[in-house]
Order: sequence, then structure tokens, then C-alpha cells
Amino acid sequence: MDGAENGEHSRKMVFVTVGTTCFDALVKAVDSQQVREELSRKGYTDLLIQMGRGSYMPSKVSGEDEPLTVDYFTFSPSIADYLKSASLIISHAGSGSIFETLCLGKPLIVVVNEELMDNHQSELAEELAERKHLFYARPQTLHQTIQDMSPESLIPYSPGNPMPVVRLMNKFLGFPTD
Amino acid sequence: MEKDSDKIWCFVLPVLVAIFVIRVLYVLYWTGKPIGSSKTHSLRTLIVLGSGGHTAEMLSIMNVLQNDIYTPRFYVAAATDNMSLKKARVLEESLMQQGENSGRKMIEAAQFVQIYRSREVGQSYITSVGTTLIAMAHALWLTLKIRPQVIICNGPGTCIPLCASAFLFKLLGLGWSHIFYVESIARVRKLSLSGLLLYKLLLADQFYVQWPQLQKKFPRAHYVGCLM
Repeated sequence: MDGAENGEHSRKMVFVTVGTTCFDALVKAVDSQQVREELSRKGYTDLLIQMGRGSYMPSKVSGEDEPLTVDYFTFSPSIADYLKSASLIISHAGSGSIFETLCLGKPLIVVVNEELMDNHQSELAEELAERKHLFYARPQTLHQTIQDMSPESLIPYSPGNPMPVVRLMNKFLGFPTD
Repeated sequence: MEKDSDKIWCFVLPVLVAIFVIRVLYVLYWTGKPIGSSKTHSLRTLIVLGSGGHTAEMLSIMNVLQNDIYTPRFYVAAATDNMSLKKARVLEESLMQQGENSGRKMIEAAQFVQIYRSREVGQSYITSVGTTLIAMAHALWLTLKIRPQVIICNGPGTCIPLCASAFLFKLLGLGWSHIFYVESIARVRKLSLSGLLLYKLLLADQFYVQWPQLQKKFPRAHYVGCLM
């Protein structure tokens, strides 16, 4: 992959999102040389970080200096477009981010924030990782997960269905259960 | 004189306590008993929204719930939650649009209400006592104004004062709300605090969980699979 001919090769973007939280450990880990090199080795060309309420600012890098372009922003009303154009998503363990990504069929690495007091979020990430719908990492092990992962091995997630709730409610209240 | 009033209280107090206990048992007994076939055509519905994932799950249910049966709808969110009511408005607008397009009669407009939170994330426990009392008073007021017949909630702390108010109203014979609680999709092996309270205290008429592990641990819950 010759850096000077970047424009000829299709770009593969990695999108990192922390939602509305502050997750400096993840942003730092992603911005580390180790992770950036690993991503570049895997063929990714761009790294876009949505850093939320965090205080750690990554360094913006253009493609001429290094193989991986790095950019960041704090918030966006909707990250759907970024998710759609990404080839890999690295996300905090919020259920909204997780399911929005899975329903788009994108490869996902979930990183749990160990500094959160009541970490119930890890239950969801662990369960979905066990079912092979996503990869699960800690900020310190992120580079290893990227190195070891094969996105093709992930099992696609079938979107859920709220109808069973509706049917049960209707049945209970004596309304027809369509 | 004192002995007489003591004797009266010795009689009156146990009677009051007995009435109270019987009433509580009556309410708990009838909570969770399905209605035969509905005599009413529509039910006043209170929907409790919470931050982020909670609201997304709740709106996915509201998207498919029959909007001519569960109406009028009242959406409640915490005063500090900016996004949830906005998202609910967008959903209701699209439901109105669908209704107009298919020529159905105009349904009653939904209402959007904010409620004081018992406790903000990271708030000290001492000040939380005061704010919880305020939240409880506000919840009682809203329950009185709205008189919901159905309450749907899925976990944020905001729902506890509202469900407690609904229970109090049932006890006092001031109205009957059916409470449907959907535990969040993020709860795979353990229930949230709100879920645990509503399950253990038998406050919810129906309790739904999205993962089979929880249904095994809490057999009175209904397993509904993942909503998202």
C-alpha cells in the first residue's frame, strides 16, 4: 500500500464512538501508536473519533505524514451516517450504539469503561461476544483484539422485534392480539 | 379520661391496620390478573422514558402499539433529559402522519411531560433524600392529573415514583393502573434496581425480560426476546 497513491485505493474508515459519555481511556488507547499501527496493518486508512465529553484530545493527522489519517469531533445529532460509511466500528458499551451498529451489519469492537461504578454494560457486551456478534476488548487489550480479529468470522445479528411485548399486553388487557 | 381514650385507640388502631393490610393484599392479589375481555375501547397510557437506550427501546414498542387503543398517550421524561421527549414527539408526528394518510379519524394528540428526578448520577445521598421527596410529590401530582390506566416503563429511576404513586392510588381506591415493565436489553443476568423493586414488591402486572437467563432466575417474568 503506497502512501502516495492513497487516492487510488478505496478508503477504509474506522469510526470510534463514546456516545454521550466521557471515556478518555478508549480515546487514548485508539490514539496510541500501537493501535494506529495495528489498524494500518489491517488495511484501514482513516480513523474518525467521536470523543463525547472526554477531555483527552487526539492529535489530528493527515494522510501525508502517516499511513492513518486521524480526525475527531465531540458530538453529532446522529452518528448514523458515520456508522454507515465505516468499515469497522469501535464503540463504548452503550446499548444504543451497539444495536445501531449491529443492525447496520458492521463489524464492531465494544470496549467497556472499567471506571464506571455500576458496570452492568459489560453483561450485554459479553453476551453478544459469546454469541459471536461482536468483539469485546478492554482499553489495554484493544491492540491485541485488532491484531487477532477476523471480521468475517462474526455472525450477523438479526434485528429484534417488539411485537411479543405488544401481544402480551393486548392479551392481558383483553384486546385482540392481531 | 386518659384510660378511655387509650381504650378507644386500642380498638381503633388495630382495626385501621387490619383494613390497611386487607386492602394491600387485595391490591396485590388483583395485580397481575388479566382482564377478561375489555369493556373499554381505549386506555389512558403513561409512557416513562429514560436516557439513551431506555428511550430507544420504549419507542420501538410505541412504534407498533395500536395507537387507537392506547390513547390518549402521556410521555414522561426526567427534567434533565433533553433528548427523550424530542424523540417521542418525532414518533408521534409520524404516527399522526400515517393516520392522516390512511384516512383514519384523528386520534387524540399525545402529551409530553417532564418530571423531577429522584437522584442525578453522582448526586450525594444526603441531598438525594430531599430530591426524592420532591420527585415523589411531583409523581403523585402527575398521577392525579393524568389518571393513567396503563403505565409502560423499562427501567430508568424515573419510573419508581410514578409506579409507587399508581400503587398508592390503587390502595386508596382512587383509580387502577395496569403496570407493564420491560427490563432493559442491557440486563442479561441481573435485574436493574427498578426492575428488582417492581418484581419483588409485586407492583407490575406483567414483567418482561429480554434474555432467557433472567426468565430462569425470575420465573414470574415473561421472556419476550430482544426488542432491538
